[in-house]
Amino acid sequence: MSHLLEVEGLTTVFTGDYGETTSVDHVSFQVDEGEVVCIVGESGCGKSVTNLSVMGLLSRGGKVTEGKVMFEGKDLLAMSEKELDKIRGDQMTMIFQDPLTSLNPVFTVGNQIMESLRVHRGLSKDEARKQAEELLSRVGMPDAKGTMKKYPHTLSGGMRQRAMIAMALSCSPKLLIADEPTTALDVTIQAQIMQLLKELQRENKMAMILITHDIGLVAHMADRVIVMYAGQIIEEAPVRELFKHPKHPYTRALMDTVPTIRDTAERQLKAIPGIVPESYDHIPGCRFADRCSHRRPECDKPQENYEFGGGHTARCIVRKEGGIQDES
Amino acid sequence: MNHNKSEEKIPLLRIENLKKYYPIKGGIITHTTGYVKAVDGVSFQIYQGETLGLVGESGCGKSTIGRQLVGLEKPTDGTVYYKDHDLGRMNRKDVKPFRTKLQMVFQDPYSSLNPRKHIYEILAQPMLYHGISTKDSVEKDILNLLDMVGLPRSVLGRYPHEFSGGQRQRIGIAKALSLNPEFIVCDEPVSALDVSIQAQILNLLRSLQKELGLTLLFVGHGLGAVNYVSDRIAVMYLGKIVEMGEAKELFRNPVHPYTKALLSAVPVPDPDEREEGKKILMGEVGSSIDPPSGCRFHPRCPYATEICRQREPGMQETAPGSGHLAACPIVMTEESRREEA
Repeated sequence: MSHLLEVEGLTTVFTGDYGETTSVDHVSFQVDEGEVVCIVGESGCGKSVTNLSVMGLLSRGGKVTEGKVMFEGKDLLAMSEKELDKIRGDQMTMIFQDPLTSLNPVFTVGNQIMESLRVHRGLSKDEARKQAEELLSRVGMPDAKGTMKKYPHTLSGGMRQRAMIAMALSCSPKLLIADEPTTALDVTIQAQIMQLLKELQRENKMAMILITHDIGLVAHMADRVIVMYAGQIIEEAPVRELFKHPKHPYTRALMDTVPTIRDTAERQLKAIPGIVPESYDHIPGCRFADRCSHRRPECDKPQENYEFGGGHTARCIVRKEGGIQDES
Repeated sequence: MNHNKSEEKIPLLRIENLKKYYPIKGGIITHTTGYVKAVDGVSFQIYQGETLGLVGESGCGKSTIGRQLVGLEKPTDGTVYYKDHDLGRMNRKDVKPFRTKLQMVFQDPYSSLNPRKHIYEILAQPMLYHGISTKDSVEKDILNLLDMVGLPRSVLGRYPHEFSGGQRQRIGIAKALSLNPEFIVCDEPVSALDVSIQAQILNLLRSLQKELGLTLLFVGHGLGAVNYVSDRIAVMYLGKIVEMGEAKELFRNPVHPYTKALLSAVPVPDPDEREEGKKILMGEVGSSIDPPSGCRFHPRCPYATEICRQREPGMQETAPGSGHLAACPIVMTEESRREEA
C-alpha cells in the first residue's frame, strides 16, 4: 500500500553567520490517509522545520540538502514553485501557532477564504462567498456572515484560529499540518479547537500531522506518535504502545517530567538534567547521551532507528541490546 | 504534613477587597471613557510558609494581583496587609524595608535582567543598596546564592544573553532570593521554558520554599505545574476569585462549574482516557471592561438560572470548617440537597 505522504532521509541545513547547521537530520516517516500523526519534541528539535521543509516553506538560509518528500507518489522537492502552488493550499495545507501572523491584516477574513476557493476551485465570487460563509459556520463562528467582513485583528485568538482552520479546509485537503495550533490559546479554548479539528478530520477523512510539545494533547489526539530530539526521530509508535511501553530513555523521561492535575502530594517530578545541546551536528552517537541515566560506551557510536515490532522503532542501542527493561 | 495545621496558620498577607481598574483613554480631548476591571474586589489570605497557587485564563487578573502584592502596581481600592502593616498607606521611606521582604520572579527572565550588566553586578547591586551585604562579604553571599539555585561560579562574569532560558530563570530566582525575602510572587515562572526544563525549576522552587521557609504565590495557567507546587489554590475568572481550597481537594472535588470546566479541558497524558464526545465549555471569556451582570460566568455556565444573572454570588464554604470556598450557590445548594436525600 502506498502512503499519502512519504518522507525519506530528509535533511535540512541552515546557513547563517556561523556556518552551516543541520537542523533536520535524515528524518523518515510516513502518513497514511485519514491518520493523525503527532510529532512531539521540545523547541529547537526540528519538528517545525521538518514540516516547513515538506511544505516547501523554509525561510531564507534554509535548504533541503538530501531526501525525498513524496505526496501521493509525486516528489514535492523536484517540483517548481508553480507546480507546488497547485498542491499547497489545496490538497495539503498548514495552520500555524499564531494565526495573526499568517492572516493578511489588510484583507477581511471573508476575502481571504474566498481567494483560496477562487484560485484553487475556480468558483465565481458569489459561489465562493456562499461557501466561505458555510465554512465559517462549520468551524463554529457565532456570526459567520458578520465575520466575513471583519479584519483579523478584531477577532479573539480562538476565533482567529477558527478562521485559519476554515481557510485551511476550504479546499477539502487530504493532509493538514497543524503546527502547535493551540499553544497561544487558553486551555478551555484549546479544548474547543482540538475537538473541532478532530471532528473535521473524521468527517473529511483527512490526514493530519499535529506538531506539539504537550504530551497530554498527544495522548488525546494521535493515532501514531513521532518523538523528535535534536533534529532526529528517536522514537515512533502507535499512541497506546508509546504511552505504555516507551522504549527510548528520552521519551520515558519526557513523560515523567510533566506535572499533571492528577498528581498527589507525594509525587516528585523527575527532572531531566542538563539542556538540549545547542548545536548537535557534530555528535556522532546518541544526542541524548549526555543527559541519559542509562549511558554506556556504545552510545557514542552512530545509531539507527531499531525495530521493536508492531510499528515501534526507537533510536537506542542500549535498549536494543537489552540494557534497559520496560518499566511498568 | 501536620494535621492540626489550622491552629498554627499565621496569615503573612491579608488582602481585602483588592481592586485594580485601568482607565481607557479615548475621544478627541483625551478623557477616560471606561475602565478595564482587571481585579474587581478580591479578598484572601496567604499563610506563612505555604504556597498559594493562583490559576485562571489569560486576562483574568491573576498577574495583576501578584504585581499589586509586591508593590509594582498601586491598588485602585482595597488593602494589602503584610503582617498587619498596611503597605498602601506608607510613604516611600517607611515602605523601603518591607520591599525587600516581598520579591518577584518573572515569566520572562530575559526582559527582567539588565542586558548590559553581568551576573555579578545584577546580584551584587541590590544587596549592597539595601544593606543586606557589605563590600567584603558580597562575593561570599553571591556564591552562596549560586549554590542554592544550582549555578556554577563561572556564570558571574557573563551577560544575560549568554544563558539558556532555564539558567536565566535560575538567575531570576537568585536575584529574588538575594534580599532575604519572606514572600515571593512567582509569575508564570515556567511558562516560557521547555518541558524538560520546567521540572528542574519547579523542583528548585519547591525545595527552596521548604529549605528557607518561604511563602510563595505561584501564578500560572499550567494547571499541572500549579497543582505540583501549591498547598492551596485559588481559581480566578474575570477579576474575581470563584473557588479556593486545599490543592488536592480542589482538583479532586471541584465545586464551581468554571473550575470543573477548566480541569476537564486539560488533556490527561493517557490515551486510554480519551473521552469521545466529552462536554466541553463553549463560548469565550467575557470582557473585563463591561463584565456580565451577576455571576460573571453565567453566560457560559450550563447551570445558570435567573438568580445568577441578577445577583453576584459570594464565597461560601462547601462544608463547615473545610476551608474549601466556592462562589456558586446554585451548585452548592443542589449538592447539599443531594446529600440529604
